[in-house]
Amino acid sequence: MAIATSETRAAGTADAARVRATRLRPLGLGLALAILVAAVLAGVLTGAASLPARGVLAELLGAVPGVSVDSGLSERQAAILWQIRLPRVVLGALVGVALSVSGAAYQGVFRNPLADPYLLGAAAGAGLGATLAIVAGLGGDPLAVPLSAFLGALGAVAITYAVGRSIGGRSSGTIILAGVAVASFFTALQTFVQQRNSDTLREVYAWILGRLGTAGWGEVALVLPYVVVTATAIVLHRRHLDVLAVGEGEARALGMRADRIRLVVIAAATLATAAAVSVSGLIGFVGIIVPHTVRLVAGASYRVVLPLSVVLGGAFLVLADLLARTVVSPAELPIGVVTSFFGAPFFMLVLRTSRRSIS
Amino acid sequence: MNTSLRWLRASVLTITAALVLGACAGSTEPVADATDDADAATDVPDEGTEDALEGAWPVTIAATNGDVTVVGRPQRIVSLSAASTEILFAIGAGEQVIAVDDQSNHPPEAPVTDLAAFTPNVEAILEFEPDLVFTSFDPGDLVSGLEAAGVTTIVHDAPATLDGAYAQIEQVGAVTGNLAGSAEVVATMQSDIEAIVGEVQAADATYYHELDNTYYSVTSTTFIGEIYGLLGLTSIADGADGAEFGFPQLSNEYIVEADPTFVFLADTKCCSVTADSVAERPGWGQLTAVQQGRVVELDDDVVSRWGPRIVEFLRTVADAVAQYEPAS
Repeated sequence: MAIATSETRAAGTADAARVRATRLRPLGLGLALAILVAAVLAGVLTGAASLPARGVLAELLGAVPGVSVDSGLSERQAAILWQIRLPRVVLGALVGVALSVSGAAYQGVFRNPLADPYLLGAAAGAGLGATLAIVAGLGGDPLAVPLSAFLGALGAVAITYAVGRSIGGRSSGTIILAGVAVASFFTALQTFVQQRNSDTLREVYAWILGRLGTAGWGEVALVLPYVVVTATAIVLHRRHLDVLAVGEGEARALGMRADRIRLVVIAAATLATAAAVSVSGLIGFVGIIVPHTVRLVAGASYRVVLPLSVVLGGAFLVLADLLARTVVSPAELPIGVVTSFFGAPFFMLVLRTSRRSIS
Repeated sequence: MNTSLRWLRASVLTITAALVLGACAGSTEPVADATDDADAATDVPDEGTEDALEGAWPVTIAATNGDVTVVGRPQRIVSLSAASTEILFAIGAGEQVIAVDDQSNHPPEAPVTDLAAFTPNVEAILEFEPDLVFTSFDPGDLVSGLEAAGVTTIVHDAPATLDGAYAQIEQVGAVTGNLAGSAEVVATMQSDIEAIVGEVQAADATYYHELDNTYYSVTSTTFIGEIYGLLGLTSIADGADGAEFGFPQLSNEYIVEADPTFVFLADTKCCSVTADSVAERPGWGQLTAVQQGRVVELDDDVVSRWGPRIVEFLRTVADAVAQYEPAS
């Protein structure tokens, strides 16, 4: 009973919020930022190695210029914190940002609630790229697999877009169908290459399930520029996406060049996705769950959805990775399993609680 | 239509059943158990002691896929398991082998074909007209498919213990008619291992055995763990295996915190990992094993197979242990 009433109340406030939520309110953004900070702190404080919480906080504080604190951490513990745990948390946040903001962007551009970052074949292309690099024996090279996956993702989406355009029409359905075709073609190629080289099966499989476990600052440096630039570009188009959501006729009437906006947003979302998968492998469901949760709770305007997806996407993946690292600690779970295993029931709960249509 | 015919049929059935049961009971007697009992395997052909070394058929062994009976000396063996290939050639059954899979890269004289070990195709195997097929696992319909075509198939999966490996070698000797060869191989392995273990002062130390570059490892209870255990080494993965599966994936920071005395790389071929690339991993510069040069590169193939070359693996580990001097 108590649960029912609180649910009703939550739904009520959400409805009230939606009425006014064409603008991002400071309270909402503040709350989301607080969640992100809490997630990052939790991520930094927990792990397979038992670092003392006080020592970790002191060490972090000591990193602020001008502050000098003796953390009491040993050299090895400090290395675990600075070279293993922290880059992993930061990378998780960046990948989460990239996947959720590009999921939201695709959903806006295609006006399709099922659109996710892998819609246009990015996952299949990246999978083929990574598999080729691994099969070629470049698995030990820290740059080869990400680069190859990145190019594969971009290549697949470029083919999808070209095919979709050439078949013609302004209908977004054509591009989505082209994406389905390209994705299954690339997946078939990837499976073929993988089966022909079954000695590398496990490495390929590990990549497909998604991983942040081997991350360092190198990977962070690889994706950071892409994520910052593309997320900014997408968020800057939030008003355009709102107009597009109403209809292309309206967009044209307002003097917007829908085609061009769509191209820019797709390109940015694709770059973000490609950068993310190149370092983390395939992590599913983030691009669906985060934007839709934001929509259901805070409102459907892209002026709300995009900024909040950036912040909460980072928080979501940091928390998912936290679970991946700790549920069977000191062993690991693939993060792709965690995002879906914990994400899917959570999302169903949100769907049920809000009782609101998503489109 | 009458009762006498029915009675006749019933009695024939009863007698047949009794015979079959008797035969089964008889043949289960000398069955060798591949899982743990090495001595049982040598008893396979109870019928005659001297003749047994030449082979006495039919021979029934307890393989991974249950009791398998080989009715005569096989002349056209196909091996889809790299470990079985090494065993077959080591015990002297090499000339009975007509084809091995694409992963069987040792010994060099093995007749490598493009038969796929991981995704075997029954028709492709039947092309070689084998009379006996060895494999290390059945992806679903391999054994049933081959048996349907009348080909005897032996599944020998990875043993859990050294004794299990010896038992497998002796089983291969029994079914191929090379009992003397297999007994010699096992005896040599046992005495070599004894000699190596005797030479080296057991170290009370820990190790991290890396299976691939996503930090999959082995616990002390696995086959590989048993070999390290002979030299007194304990796996850092022991605490990490909640599922008791034996092959947990470790967390990067856990490895660095555990600070194993030795790092053994069994992923130098699959994943091009080297002692140098390990040293460059984030945070790994802090590992004592890295700082003091106790990162040992192994041959993936030797370590992942349970043939006679396991002695080479033990020797590599023993050399590393021999050079180690505890700080205290």
